[in-house]
Amino acid sequence: MPANRNNTLNKFWLLAFLLFMLTVSTYVDDVFASDNVGNKLNELEKITSQLPQINLDSLGAVIVRLEAFPATLASKKDAEKASKIVLNIFEELLAGKLYYLKDDNTLVSVETDGHAELSVREILSTKPLANIKKQDIEKVRTNNKLRKVLRETIAGMTLFSSDAALRKKAVNNLMNNLDENNIQMLTKARERETKPGVLQNIDTALFLWQLESAEPETRKQAANALSGTLEPVVRNRLSKFLLQNSEGDFLEPDKGVRLAAEKSLERIEAKRKFYNFIETMFFGLSLGSVLLLIAIGLSITFGVMGVINMAHGELIMLGAYTTYVLQQLMPNNIGASILLAIPVAFLVSGLAGVLIERGVIQFLKGRPLETLLATFGISLVLQQAVRSIFSPLNRQVKSPEWMSGALDINPVLAITYNRLYVVVFSLLVFAVLLLIMKRTVLGLYVRAVSQNRDMAKAMGIRGEWVDAMTFGLGSGIAGVAGVALSQLTNVGPNLGQAYIIDSFMVVVFGGVGNLWGTLVGGFTLGVANKFLEPAVGAVLAKIIVLIFIILFIQKRPSGLFPQKGRAAE
Amino acid sequence: MNTPKFSLFGGLLQDKNSKLFLSVLLAVTVFAALSNLLLPQGSFLHVETYTITLLGKYLSFAILALAVDVIWGYCGILSLGHGAFFALGGYGMGMYLMRQIGDRGVYGDPVLPDFMVFLNWTELPWFWLGFDTFWFAMLMALGVPALLAFVFGSLAFRSRVTGVYLSIITQALTYALMLAFFRNEMGFGGNNGLTDFKDILGFDLQADTTRVSLFVVTALLLAITYLLSTFILNSKYGRVIVAIRDAETRVRFVGYKTEGYKVWLFVYSAILAAIAGALYVPQVGIINPGEFSPLNSIEIVVWVAVGGRGLLYGAVVGAILVNFAKSQFTGIFPEAWLFALGSLFVGVTLFLPQGIVGLFQKKETAHEHA
Repeated sequence: MPANRNNTLNKFWLLAFLLFMLTVSTYVDDVFASDNVGNKLNELEKITSQLPQINLDSLGAVIVRLEAFPATLASKKDAEKASKIVLNIFEELLAGKLYYLKDDNTLVSVETDGHAELSVREILSTKPLANIKKQDIEKVRTNNKLRKVLRETIAGMTLFSSDAALRKKAVNNLMNNLDENNIQMLTKARERETKPGVLQNIDTALFLWQLESAEPETRKQAANALSGTLEPVVRNRLSKFLLQNSEGDFLEPDKGVRLAAEKSLERIEAKRKFYNFIETMFFGLSLGSVLLLIAIGLSITFGVMGVINMAHGELIMLGAYTTYVLQQLMPNNIGASILLAIPVAFLVSGLAGVLIERGVIQFLKGRPLETLLATFGISLVLQQAVRSIFSPLNRQVKSPEWMSGALDINPVLAITYNRLYVVVFSLLVFAVLLLIMKRTVLGLYVRAVSQNRDMAKAMGIRGEWVDAMTFGLGSGIAGVAGVALSQLTNVGPNLGQAYIIDSFMVVVFGGVGNLWGTLVGGFTLGVANKFLEPAVGAVLAKIIVLIFIILFIQKRPSGLFPQKGRAAE
Repeated sequence: MNTPKFSLFGGLLQDKNSKLFLSVLLAVTVFAALSNLLLPQGSFLHVETYTITLLGKYLSFAILALAVDVIWGYCGILSLGHGAFFALGGYGMGMYLMRQIGDRGVYGDPVLPDFMVFLNWTELPWFWLGFDTFWFAMLMALGVPALLAFVFGSLAFRSRVTGVYLSIITQALTYALMLAFFRNEMGFGGNNGLTDFKDILGFDLQADTTRVSLFVVTALLLAITYLLSTFILNSKYGRVIVAIRDAETRVRFVGYKTEGYKVWLFVYSAILAAIAGALYVPQVGIINPGEFSPLNSIEIVVWVAVGGRGLLYGAVVGAILVNFAKSQFTGIFPEAWLFALGSLFVGVTLFLPQGIVGLFQKKETAHEHA
């Protein structure tokens, strides 16, 4: 036994060490890399230093010099890095986000996003700068002519970049304002292009241009070729063919072209409908995974132990606040703080759960209604405690970069990463919990005690200890759910209250004491909610789902998957 | 032969504590009302109108606590949704008061309440019709909650949803209603609810005499509902109810249709809650969807638990005590109220399962035994 234990310990330390090394090495790598480019950047800095207070005439010249700069670098790697920086400058300039500090002419990109706080980054080093006020910065000005130049320069740089995603983006940008020049560039790019995805987009752009052709036959062929293309430009352009002017004449004189356009549009609509369905489904699954996360801890405490824990929502809230606190402690490592928050939140909420069990619930065994009231009291105390410590206002928890943005599957369907991660995460938590319940000693004890407490005790299981651990496990899972929720909504004292009823509904709907029931219940309710929403609105959808559950419980008081056997009585 | 404890009013008034409670209620009501109206302001014994309204509010809460105690203390059904019946009664009264405003609203529309004008509605929705007559409005204020309780109760009790499940779905019910009433399209004033009332039955709501009358009416209704509840619970019907609380299956096996007993008690309790709501609104001057919030419903349960469930005067004492504490706390220490309320929940369930009244009773019986 001791040898075995030593072994596990060793493995643990080895793992911890490896993890540590991994973190350090990536960090060191970053430092060196930025240093290397740093030397080459001097040159770039010289050119960009002209940008502050520049007049519009010379700005054009600087743009040309900047564009040419990456090619002057010998190493291919450096050139790539430099061209990324240059591209960034151009894009910020085009978007009107390029500013400089009045004090020392440092070039910065500024994100205002409506708040009083500016998020400012140095453009060359991408370092964030804190405490910059509106009056400290000045915009680098452009005009329409320069913007056109910029757009074309950006397109030229990206269209031939080695990054396929960038090339695709460039083609999509061009698609929205096609002209002779762009078409020439696109034709050239088409010859070199090897990636089928990008190639397809280039073809779409070329066909789109052919729609403007004077030849009806070319237009017709182009319209046919664009059948089922999901880009919004295509849809807009094609539907223009079917418009009539005030005299009732069609804008498109040729009937064949009109027919072709109509047919293509039909296919586009059918496809859009399909992808919209998929999107709603995904939203439903995403909501379902949130419901699963918040309910699964309850499924342990309520379902398995039979304890009504009205403070469950507040344990979720504790998890969310743990994430917030960790993020305040390590503001430069948002990603790491989120990952670290998962175990820490588990411990914080789990400990709180054990305290609640030992302090209150154990004295109320077999009196479910009293347990309900007492735990509700605890939830009020926890809420007020958070309100007193962190202020009643909502706190925002930032998402790490790898969680922001969206996975663009096609122009109609984009899946945001944070929701995708939460879906995966909730399934993971579910799997782990299932493993614990079915494969570990703790799980065995828990099931034994929940089925027949006296018999379990007779077999030498310490019922009290199992109760505390079970409650701690369920509460810890609630904390983990809080970490996930912090990525989706604001973190505030009312966070828990907002979810408590939902989570009870899921557990009751799925069938008490059945983890799979909770899974099915959560996803069913989530999907049902999202499919109802477009038809009746968000609030009414929720009400309908609630009423449905109330009626459902009348019909099947023990949920979708009732517990079988003696334990059910 | 001894007179049985459970008989009609005669037997009821033999109950020492009930007698004490009713006399205290009578004394306080008469004293407060007379001193407010007759004694000059500034006099030592003068009761401010503000205090009168506060007392009226407490007493309507006491009726509400009575409603919960009847169902929880005597039948073991823990409803976490009684706030819904209270609020529905309140909305019924609110709609009547709204129609009484007439053209004195901000927009001066003779028929439409302000919020409807604001939403660009041109005519009164059908469910607002008739609410300008008092008796119809009151019929609705009590009838709608009663109907809801009947439908909900017969569904739930027939399928034998009991215990915690019932508590949770009653909570879901009030939550769903809250969400619904928050919607502007529902036609009940949305977020802001109904407010800016002017008068009731032609009397100015701000006048001292109206306020005192409302207070007296509330006290009177508390006494009536108290007596009625005692009567019901002491009748044969009431004894079946208590038996259901203690052993439902056994009662069923003996041959009683327990569902029917439970449904009608639930309906009765809902009507009591609705009466409380209808009395509460004119005194407080506003009703909004917040009254439906699950927290409110749970608070009512705490009043009953603190006072002592299973004893009607216990519920009344609990409601008044907790609300008095709430007024004090939120005045001096707004932050501490939730701490206090939360600890009260935990403390009472752990240490005072019979509530405050139970504590005294225990002493009494101990005394008698000694």
